[in-house]
Amino acid sequence: MNFEDEPVPGYPLPILAGHTSPGRLERVLRAGQFAVTTELAPPDSADPEEVYQRARIFHGYVDAINATDGSGANCHMSSLAVCALLTRVGYAPVMQISCRDKNRIAIQGDILGGAAMGVCNVLCLTGDGVSSGDHPQALPVFDLDSMSLLATARTLRDEHRFLSGRKITHAPRVLLGAAENPFIPPTDWRAQRLAKKVDAGAQFIQTQYCYDVPMLKTFMRRVEDLGLLGKVFILVGVGPLRSAKAGEWMRTHVPGIHIPDSVIARLAGAADPAREGRNLCIELIQEIRAIHGVCGAHVMAYRQEESVADIIDRSGVLGGRIPWYPGRDSEPNSNRPNSIRTGS
Amino acid sequence: MYSVRLWSVRHARGLNAFYRGFESALVALHPLWKLLGYQRLERPVAVIERSVKGVLFDCKMCGQCILSSTGMSCPMNCPKNLRNGPCGGVRANGNCEVRPEMKCVWVQAVAGSERIPGGTEALSRVQVAIDRRLQGRSSWLRVVREHTGEPG
Repeated sequence: MNFEDEPVPGYPLPILAGHTSPGRLERVLRAGQFAVTTELAPPDSADPEEVYQRARIFHGYVDAINATDGSGANCHMSSLAVCALLTRVGYAPVMQISCRDKNRIAIQGDILGGAAMGVCNVLCLTGDGVSSGDHPQALPVFDLDSMSLLATARTLRDEHRFLSGRKITHAPRVLLGAAENPFIPPTDWRAQRLAKKVDAGAQFIQTQYCYDVPMLKTFMRRVEDLGLLGKVFILVGVGPLRSAKAGEWMRTHVPGIHIPDSVIARLAGAADPAREGRNLCIELIQEIRAIHGVCGAHVMAYRQEESVADIIDRSGVLGGRIPWYPGRDSEPNSNRPNSIRTGS
Repeated sequence: MYSVRLWSVRHARGLNAFYRGFESALVALHPLWKLLGYQRLERPVAVIERSVKGVLFDCKMCGQCILSSTGMSCPMNCPKNLRNGPCGGVRANGNCEVRPEMKCVWVQAVAGSERIPGGTEALSRVQVAIDRRLQGRSSWLRVVREHTGEPG
């Protein structure tokens, strides 16, 4: 999508009527396009160039980049800092906020700070327990939960005040997101949980990895029955598995990941499991796209980020649309940069 | 105690009905509490509340009890202190991500609330951020004060 009012990188777009943020992601979603987002693994480094390198490989294929907040309870560069670097050159990051490491005072400060730096999307998460990460000795904070975090962010944005009631002079103009996991217990209550998140302020949802389309369909039917489809944009999480062994490891060690045996078996039987994993991911994206109410895909390829562009390209879900990236509109025919294209 | 906690969820309906009656009695006795003085009552009542609810629910005395809205499964037993529903890390067998030997407090809450009339509806209400200052204080007295408009 090209916006004629495309601003100088780092400066916000005008907020359109009916929009809550000046962000590209909201524009793409509200325009009814199939949105594609991905995840940037923050570096274990203080070098900003490492962040830019990791963002560059997605050029022309994604509408927004999630900056994770100590994912898996492991320490990395902060999501706020990654977002600040990304917005500096015009990217549209989704700032992930986890309740694990910060209390309500720090979190509200980060939302204001992020918005001041040009962050237009905030993903409100509970966060993994500290025991699963590299600092199991740490104090788990959990002052808020994902739901009260959503309500807090909405209070800042819509009521122009902190939780304490104290006024703020300029509200953060952000699109509020949350996570959902339709694939784990209590499965029957997951759609109601989504309804609760929408009630608390969620405008978009990024789900956990989907490897079980029938389960997703059941979930989406429930979501539709609850009348939520017009109220929230649902982006389904997908990702390539490198091998049957990697899949097996993920489903036993990473909390909340459900991978059916048939998927593991398919990878185990493949001559080139990594390629089969990418093909499976492409098929999943295409199947997901056909499900009523699904508004986009969130491609998470931890340690395989270089495969994201290829997967999205071959899935064909962008339909020729080239999401913005720094320099897109200054290039002659507005094309994807061939130099970084991984090819199909 | 863990096994008693699970029993309480299985008997959520009866416990909820009992609590409704108990709460009405507490509210009706407001003049007596006022006479004795809420400040003076705070400590002894909190001790009683802690021992009763400690046995039945592994109560953590957050001071803002929402057991009736959570199927008699105390959300403060969740290692992430979640008061609005399960996290995204629940194990396939319905156990906790952080403490694999324990049933997820929220899987229990959903099961318990299905036994209480209107329970799942109560589960859907968004609980605002908890007030950490109330930790250790009596929830019972707070409820009475809220009902009667008594400052506290």
